[in-house]
Amino acid sequence: MFRKLHDPGPATVTVHIDGRPVRAEAGESVAAVLLRQPEGWNRTTPVSESRRAPYCMMGVCFECLVEVDGQGSVQSCLTPVRDGMSVTRQQGRRSLSA
Amino acid sequence: MSDHHTDLLIVGAGPAGMAAAVTARRHGLSVRVVDDQSAPGGQIWRAIETVAATPRLARLGEAYRAGVDRAAAFRACGALYEPQSQLWQIEPGFRAFLTRDGRARSVTAEAIILATGAQERPVPFPGWTLPGVLTVGAAQILLKTADSVPDKPVWIAGCGPLPLLYMTQLLAAGGRIAGFLDTTPRGRVGAALRHLPQGLGRFGDLVKGLSWSLALKRAGFPIIRHVAELRAEGDGRLESLHYRTQDGREGDVAAEVLLVHEGVVPNIHAPLALGCAVKWDAGQHCQVPALDRWGETSQANVFVAGDGAGIGGAEAAEPRGRLAALRVATKLGKLRDDAAEAAARPERATLSRALALRPFLDALYAPRPQVFAPADETLVCRCEEVTAGELRTRAAQGRPGPNQLKAFTRAGMGPCQGRQCGYTMAHIVAAVQNRPVEEVGFYRIRPPLKPVTLGELASLDEQEPAA
Amino acid sequence: MSIEAFDVAVVGGGLHGLSAALHLARAGRRVVVIERRWTGRHASGATAAGVRTLNRDIAEVPISLEAMAMWHRIAEIVGDDCGFHARGQVNVAERDEHMPALLQREAKMRALGHSHEELVDAKELRRLVPALSPHCVGALVARRDGAADPHRTILAFRRACEAEGVVIAEGCGVEAVDRQGPDWLLACGDRRFRAPVVVNAAGAWAARLAALFGDDIALGVRASMMIVTERLAPLLDPVVSVVGRALSFKQSDQGTLVIGGGLQGAADLDRESSTVNFSELAKGARASSDLFPAVHGVRIARCWTGIEAQTRDRLPVIGASPNAPGLFHAFGFSGHGFQLVPVVGSILAELVVEGHTRREIAAFAPQRLMQERAAA
Repeated sequence: MFRKLHDPGPATVTVHIDGRPVRAEAGESVAAVLLRQPEGWNRTTPVSESRRAPYCMMGVCFECLVEVDGQGSVQSCLTPVRDGMSVTRQQGRRSLSA
Repeated sequence: MSDHHTDLLIVGAGPAGMAAAVTARRHGLSVRVVDDQSAPGGQIWRAIETVAATPRLARLGEAYRAGVDRAAAFRACGALYEPQSQLWQIEPGFRAFLTRDGRARSVTAEAIILATGAQERPVPFPGWTLPGVLTVGAAQILLKTADSVPDKPVWIAGCGPLPLLYMTQLLAAGGRIAGFLDTTPRGRVGAALRHLPQGLGRFGDLVKGLSWSLALKRAGFPIIRHVAELRAEGDGRLESLHYRTQDGREGDVAAEVLLVHEGVVPNIHAPLALGCAVKWDAGQHCQVPALDRWGETSQANVFVAGDGAGIGGAEAAEPRGRLAALRVATKLGKLRDDAAEAAARPERATLSRALALRPFLDALYAPRPQVFAPADETLVCRCEEVTAGELRTRAAQGRPGPNQLKAFTRAGMGPCQGRQCGYTMAHIVAAVQNRPVEEVGFYRIRPPLKPVTLGELASLDEQEPAA
Repeated sequence: MSIEAFDVAVVGGGLHGLSAALHLARAGRRVVVIERRWTGRHASGATAAGVRTLNRDIAEVPISLEAMAMWHRIAEIVGDDCGFHARGQVNVAERDEHMPALLQREAKMRALGHSHEELVDAKELRRLVPALSPHCVGALVARRDGAADPHRTILAFRRACEAEGVVIAEGCGVEAVDRQGPDWLLACGDRRFRAPVVVNAAGAWAARLAALFGDDIALGVRASMMIVTERLAPLLDPVVSVVGRALSFKQSDQGTLVIGGGLQGAADLDRESSTVNFSELAKGARASSDLFPAVHGVRIARCWTGIEAQTRDRLPVIGASPNAPGLFHAFGFSGHGFQLVPVVGSILAELVVEGHTRREIAAFAPQRLMQERAAA
């Protein structure tokens, strides 16, 4: 639902969203990258499993939670991308057996 | 200063926190500054250091460019700066608990300045949780930090200076606007004008605001005035939105992204958690900490500076930060009282100038009544998915306050800890029980302020076998 | 000023006060519950709501077993199941040297004729709690134990009280007590209540209330800390505690982990507030991730403390005042009163209505905490 206005060129890094490689710019947040993806959502809620996406981008709404490199419920708007980072959309209540 | 201890701990590296740090360092205090973000600047100057080196700086405007020097002065001041650090608890004395890079630890300080800024006022309406509905502030952060704009022409709904500024910036960047749903109620200009004489000293700001408005009019997108009600619809994402004006005009439009904004409110979770007294600010429709003329709270050696002290913008935040730092320096024996008073005089003059236009803006952009009285089906608590209707029903059984309603409905128990539902809850309780909202109060704030992990907390047990 | 007259005034709108009021109302008494803040404000609203017979003091076992039978039909008593699930309580031994104590406990209970506590080996423990760390060697188990939802329980008891005509006076703190003929006169701000019988269920503030009646009872205070996490997919069924560590670990219906175990914060009775001590609470987080390694990365949603009374011998105070006619005490549950709520209300109704009880409550007599004061 968002698009980037410039090509990051040499600042390009690759992150993996649900296993799919995606181009991002060093320094931008994981949430910013998620908002450029066609799916447009990053988690389903633990209560009704409805879809949610980043809302406030400044760390107060906790809608942008995702799993980052195995750690669950990370605020993606406060997390800068890193090359090789693995991002997983969260579905409903987190399962610890995985 | 040791690794664990500083004279002063500043929470937040925005305008107030940076100004406080620079002043405190000038008076010989050891200073630690912790901040959620990965770079200094706060929300107004987000990503300023990165953007400074690019052509994007020009199109973000003058107020944004002012952050370049401030960030540089802060970097040079000698404060211990810890970005990407989440502060999740402060205990008396003071011991502050932080998490950085997944590791928790505690640090100590003699005094604390909370410069945690503001958040956008939550604007609940049916469908506001759909992907595609964001705040205007969120979109502006995306523009500053990721050079990203809505893919398709965007709908913007709300009132206040921020939507005007963002729309101006968005057009300058090449973005497109589908329409602006101006939610300023009819008759507000008249009500606001009586505050204008004291704001005339800020003529430049008024002109700037007018010039934004004129530029936006020239851009040719539809502007719909006096919008009172909104509804976002779609299956798993925003697909369309419905609006209704005060005069009963209605519209349905297709939309992929809707940005909303109804002003900002101070972040008061940290002062509340510390037991600082707060009061209701009727002009800004929010709680503000009770502060003395230096910004000290009811808890000795705990200060609040910046928008967290009451909304005033960056120009008010900086003198507030410096005033707090001066007082800390005095209390810790680094600065004589008379010297502090002398240094405070110009700061107070700057602050007073910066706040002169505020009553006018507060009156003009006071949130429409529907913001506090959402339709029954609206999710008030986004985290636990509790509707306004459920809260109204419960609020009518006996005379429960926000904390009892929280216990019975789970509203406010999710990860955001009531940051999105607290005010709506208070207004619903007030309306149902026919009480003034200032009497209803707010949630008791439970620690931790940020959701630290069990493992991070457990690691403190290993590090500190005995205090 | 008008005086509101009742048969019984229950002071304290926590669960024990509400339960006493409910049973008294069902025995035909006109009852008022006088609560300084609101129902369930302190310990009742801050409890982990464990429903546990396991490892009870021997003196508490008879009433605890009776209470457990009541929990298994709680919907018949208060019209709601209170979120109670009998998924068992498990006291885990992490090392072989912890097992003899569990063995002795089981033998002692059997000798007393009780069969509700059962020793299980590592294999059965694994079956009961698959998420538990494999280093644990065995456990003592009470299979009919469980846990409830504290807020649902408060609401259910309150509604049941109101259905029986109990008057609930919130925002009423007792400031003065006076004798007026056969009645006690209770002054609460601008309200006055009169009743020949008073039940003291004032929790952490019960000794202060007792002193207004001339009973000088030695009473301490606890501020037990709790952790609640984000919602998770199902992880475990029973409530788990562990030998030699302060930990109680369970999962709520909502999926949140509720972690307690008696780690202490700081209480301030005058300000009616308590505060969390994170350096201390870290031990609970440590014990959690030692016992359940998978929870290491789970987010804490909030922590809190609840203020409640604690006696020297950790047994409650239940019984008539030896000094003040018509005054009955029910407090001092010392961190394990939730399970006893239904039965203690019934005991008080018996004491008030019949003047005696068929239950064994000698060990809970208030006198035991008054003698040393009197002698001093």
